[in-house]
Amino acid sequence: MTGTLTTTQMIFGRLTWDAFPWHEPIVVATFVGVVLGGAAVVAALTYFKLWGYLWKEWFTSVDHKKIGIMYMVLGLIMFLRGFADAIMMRGQQAMAFNGNEGYLNAHHYDQVFTAHGVIMIFFVAMPFVTGLMNYIVPLQIGARDVSFPFLNNFSFWMTAGGAVLVMASLFLGEFAQTGWLAYPPLSGLAYSPATGVDYYIWSLQVAGVGTTLSGINLLATIIKMRAPGMSLMKMPVFTWTSLCTNVLIVASFPILTATLVLLSLDRYAGTNFFTNDFGGNPMMYVNLIWIWGHPEVYILILPLFGVFSEVVSTFSGKRLFGYTSMVYATCTIMVLSYLVWLHHFFTMGSGASVNSFFGITTMIISIPTGAKLFNWLFTMYRGKIRYELPMMWAVAFMLTFTVGGMTGVMLAVPPADFVLHNSLFLIAHFHNVIIGGVLFGLFAAINYWWPKAFGYKLNQFWGHVSFWCWQVGFWLAFTPLYVMGLMGVTRRMRVFDDPSLQKWFIIAAIGAVIIAAGIGAMLVQFAVSIWKRDEYKVEGDPWDARTLEWATSSPPPEYNFAFTPVIYDADSWADMKKHGYQRPLSGYQAIHMPSSTGTGVILAGLATLCGFALIWYIWWLAGLSFLGLVGVAIFHTFNYKRDYYIPADVVTRTEEERTRILAAGV
Amino acid sequence: MSHPLSPNWTKLLRWSSAILAAPLAGCNWVVMNPSGDIAVQQRDLILISVALMLLIVIPVMALVVFFAWRYRAANEAVDKDYDPDWDHSTKLELLIWSAPLLIIIALGAVTWVSTHKLDPYRPLDRIDAQTAIDPKVKPLTVEVVALDWKWLFIYPELGIATVNELALPTNVPVRFDITASTVMNSFYVPELAGQIYAMPGMKTQLHAVANKPVSGTGFSANFSGAGFTHMRFGYKAMDRAGFDAWVAKVKASQATLDRPAYLTLAKPTEKAPVAYYGTSEPKLFDAVVNMCVKPGQRCMSELMHINQMGGAGKESAKETEGLKYDLPNSHSIEQSDMNKGQETAPDAPGAASADHSSHSGADAHAQHR
Amino acid sequence: MSSATAPTEPRVYHLPEEPHLHEGHSTSLGFWMYLMSDCLIFAILFATYAVLGGSFAGGPGPKDLFDLPLIALNTAMLLFSSITYGFAMLAMEKNKVSATQGWLFVTLLFGGAFLFIELYEFSHLIHEGAGPWRSAFLSSFFTLVGTHGLHVTFGSIWLITLMVQVAKKGLIPANKRRLMCLSMFWHFLDVIWIGVFTFVYLMGVLR
Repeated sequence: MTGTLTTTQMIFGRLTWDAFPWHEPIVVATFVGVVLGGAAVVAALTYFKLWGYLWKEWFTSVDHKKIGIMYMVLGLIMFLRGFADAIMMRGQQAMAFNGNEGYLNAHHYDQVFTAHGVIMIFFVAMPFVTGLMNYIVPLQIGARDVSFPFLNNFSFWMTAGGAVLVMASLFLGEFAQTGWLAYPPLSGLAYSPATGVDYYIWSLQVAGVGTTLSGINLLATIIKMRAPGMSLMKMPVFTWTSLCTNVLIVASFPILTATLVLLSLDRYAGTNFFTNDFGGNPMMYVNLIWIWGHPEVYILILPLFGVFSEVVSTFSGKRLFGYTSMVYATCTIMVLSYLVWLHHFFTMGSGASVNSFFGITTMIISIPTGAKLFNWLFTMYRGKIRYELPMMWAVAFMLTFTVGGMTGVMLAVPPADFVLHNSLFLIAHFHNVIIGGVLFGLFAAINYWWPKAFGYKLNQFWGHVSFWCWQVGFWLAFTPLYVMGLMGVTRRMRVFDDPSLQKWFIIAAIGAVIIAAGIGAMLVQFAVSIWKRDEYKVEGDPWDARTLEWATSSPPPEYNFAFTPVIYDADSWADMKKHGYQRPLSGYQAIHMPSSTGTGVILAGLATLCGFALIWYIWWLAGLSFLGLVGVAIFHTFNYKRDYYIPADVVTRTEEERTRILAAGV
Repeated sequence: MSHPLSPNWTKLLRWSSAILAAPLAGCNWVVMNPSGDIAVQQRDLILISVALMLLIVIPVMALVVFFAWRYRAANEAVDKDYDPDWDHSTKLELLIWSAPLLIIIALGAVTWVSTHKLDPYRPLDRIDAQTAIDPKVKPLTVEVVALDWKWLFIYPELGIATVNELALPTNVPVRFDITASTVMNSFYVPELAGQIYAMPGMKTQLHAVANKPVSGTGFSANFSGAGFTHMRFGYKAMDRAGFDAWVAKVKASQATLDRPAYLTLAKPTEKAPVAYYGTSEPKLFDAVVNMCVKPGQRCMSELMHINQMGGAGKESAKETEGLKYDLPNSHSIEQSDMNKGQETAPDAPGAASADHSSHSGADAHAQHR
Repeated sequence: MSSATAPTEPRVYHLPEEPHLHEGHSTSLGFWMYLMSDCLIFAILFATYAVLGGSFAGGPGPKDLFDLPLIALNTAMLLFSSITYGFAMLAMEKNKVSATQGWLFVTLLFGGAFLFIELYEFSHLIHEGAGPWRSAFLSSFFTLVGTHGLHVTFGSIWLITLMVQVAKKGLIPANKRRLMCLSMFWHFLDVIWIGVFTFVYLMGVLR
């Protein structure tokens, strides 16, 4: 390369034909599949004239319920991608013995494990959790929408924009080959000069802005928009856990943003924060990223603790045992999650006192977590437990998560961590808590609230198939990893010398295949349920549930509640039912609602474009899209008319329709 | 209540951990069955913490299953127990907070004591559970450099160095001084002791002792780029005579590890074979830690002295000669360097490559015991 | 679903009238939370400076580079701009459009002066070879001070936007709310600058 810039380089930066991985047959095949599939979807949408509908009713919608569903769809799509990466890793590791290099070279394999981690945390777990909170929280507190509906739409599209960048890295250039937290100096320009780390940085930055804003939004919503009578200690537990989660989001994602800014300055502007030379300090990155990273773990799990609280109490037909201690446990975990980050790198050589401080604070977190588990346990005690799918997931969670918690505390003992750090034991531990806690929780939530969102239950048979595949598959896939951790096998290995390990990896691969069957069964479950939705139709409250979201129709009208509810109890819907609450049948009024806007889509699109241009050093495009971003944002502030009224007669018509259905159902 | 670590308790814990260990011992899982005293103590700690936690985990899991079964809606026998509004019991609340608390207090005490006792920076005070350190035995120093993607071991007192092979005499305390050339790695020999990060421009330490003659594997436990998966070395613990013979074998090598040889060696390669250096330049490790092996490169120690002085004056802004260390494309392997390393290792034993590639090999392992 | 125990008092489970949540009911709370998250970003940059501020890589340190009188002048500009923004808010409370606009304009001038002096300082440093790439100390210095400067820049763009909006729509509630948010933002930047001035410049030169 010469020092002078050619015209092509000025226009396309470092983007060339070679950026497309022609020589990788797997990628080319995937690409062809995606293009054909994408073309089919586009054609179908065009044929059925759905573009206008999607744009008007979904993409530009500021309705928290629709945005919540869009988050869930995004999470599901990315879940399939992340799982494909997982299967590829399992295949590679099961094969690469006795001099066999497997089917993935280092360049490819290192991208696969990095992408798997990044996608599963940022673009699967986060959208799922955010989507769930988005959908449920306003309903649980009796609000009509969130505090900042436009911001909500914008946040979603930023998250989607980040996901688009990650997906683009599959076909244009490469993704990072650094592990999911991209430790420098390895992630610095000298050791990772290609586009991989830049894709990593910009996809997380774009999505991170969305996450922070949605955190602020939900926090303001919970603080400001609760129905009259709902004091803090009368909030449903899911809302409580959401509150704590969003505090964690607002107080930790800026740290990620700042840290990645410093890394990108090192890569783009030649600064020396994390370099080896000129006084940089890579250890600081490791500290900063984990100061975000550990709260992130609780951002993922806390809302699901809320879900389990709702599910266990509903299906045991009882009030939640120890509401107050549940709330305090959640808040304690929230605070403690900031005091444990160093346990991710005991082995970096801090002194014994520092290590034991962080080890012990880590163990202390297990006290409130244990208290929570006991609370669910005693909620079941003297109950009448109905084993619907959500409850099955909840019981499976209690058993699985306890094991994961125990191995977690083992890793919190610094000298024990010295032998287990970065081993497959660690991998097994965090999959044990993330799958056993977050994913099982999400499956419980999806089965529990699906009827709320769509008005019909999910198919039981395929739900059971999926459930059992997951249980069996999970233990088959991760028990060998625990074992191999105790055999001193480290993570991120591509090939192995010791042939005696192969049998363990083959078992793990079989486990992964069974999990794949579980995922397949879940997709079938969705499809069958949608197909037979009339058969599975339910009234507002199919589970005899307890919290406020079940007080309105399923699916709820866009205004959620015809009249603002008044709250006397944490289990407000159970309280209403107990007191023989009668749904009001007249006196409907016009309802004030926020109006849809396409600005969020446009802004997020420009931000994604800007990120893309920066990844490929297309400076003119980066500048232009950034200016566009600022311009559109300013233009948007000149629009003062952002709301409208649903006329009283429309509300009346909607509610009378429901009255008819209820009458017919009884 | 007695101190959690008083002899009685320790005995009890040891006893319970022995029960747990029994089924594991047969499996030859190296982390559960290591041959170095530090790793053995770390293994014990794993078992003790598991035993402590099982005290609460087993009852909880049993209760989950029991309640989940007993209070199922179909079980009419417990219908009379159904109490939908029962949601509080001060006694139970006290129990559910204090039971985990007690376990954590015990485990926290164990953690505090053991973390200090097993601090990798702390010189050893015992060879094994029975033997205190004999003050006459001199600790052996081994300087470890994680290169891309191989390991360099320098024995400063012996004046020798090796690549991808670490030999230690048994029952002699060893101090490892550890650094890296470019990116973060983690130095880990499961047989011997827990791991510690190897980082460029920094020196970490690990004290350990090998108690039995074994041959096993060590490796990097922190991902460090494309060649990471092959970044493994043979680990051999030998008795005095065996070690002396090994040293003599290495000393017989004509190869010298001086600065130019180090710079050649430091270039990224994969699957580097074992190599011996009969002589090694003194102070080379210091230069590696100070990132100034290359002629003209300014040493970190000098730069840190300037930091202490509050800067080197306005004009020094333009003096950047000898400061750049992270060069562009530092991790790409030059074609000409593929399979290099042999040239500097005329005396590399033929069997060595087979040796170091046997991962914690169950068979190799058993033979040496 | 028959209720077993009849309530002693009939409970009212919904409001018959739609409660009027006034527009922008959560805005100041939300904006506060945004400011706190922004504050965290600065906290990280301060922490970075604290860690790396002594790594000169054989180059110049703060004593060699910082020109305290210039920075004092700069600080004065920003502090004055905060005061004049305060006057603008007082005028806004009295619904005086032109006085508000006038004080906003003065604020903008002070903000612009601040940015001008900062850019002068930066270009001077870079000209001497002490750019952000010279050492970790300079990297963290430029990033901390530059991020603050970037905030002032966007604050100024926002200020101009609001002046146009006040000119078009007058001091309607929405515009007042926006001016209030910008006011918080502007004072927040002032507070951050006090930290920068003390921690980076004063302690750098006097220590």
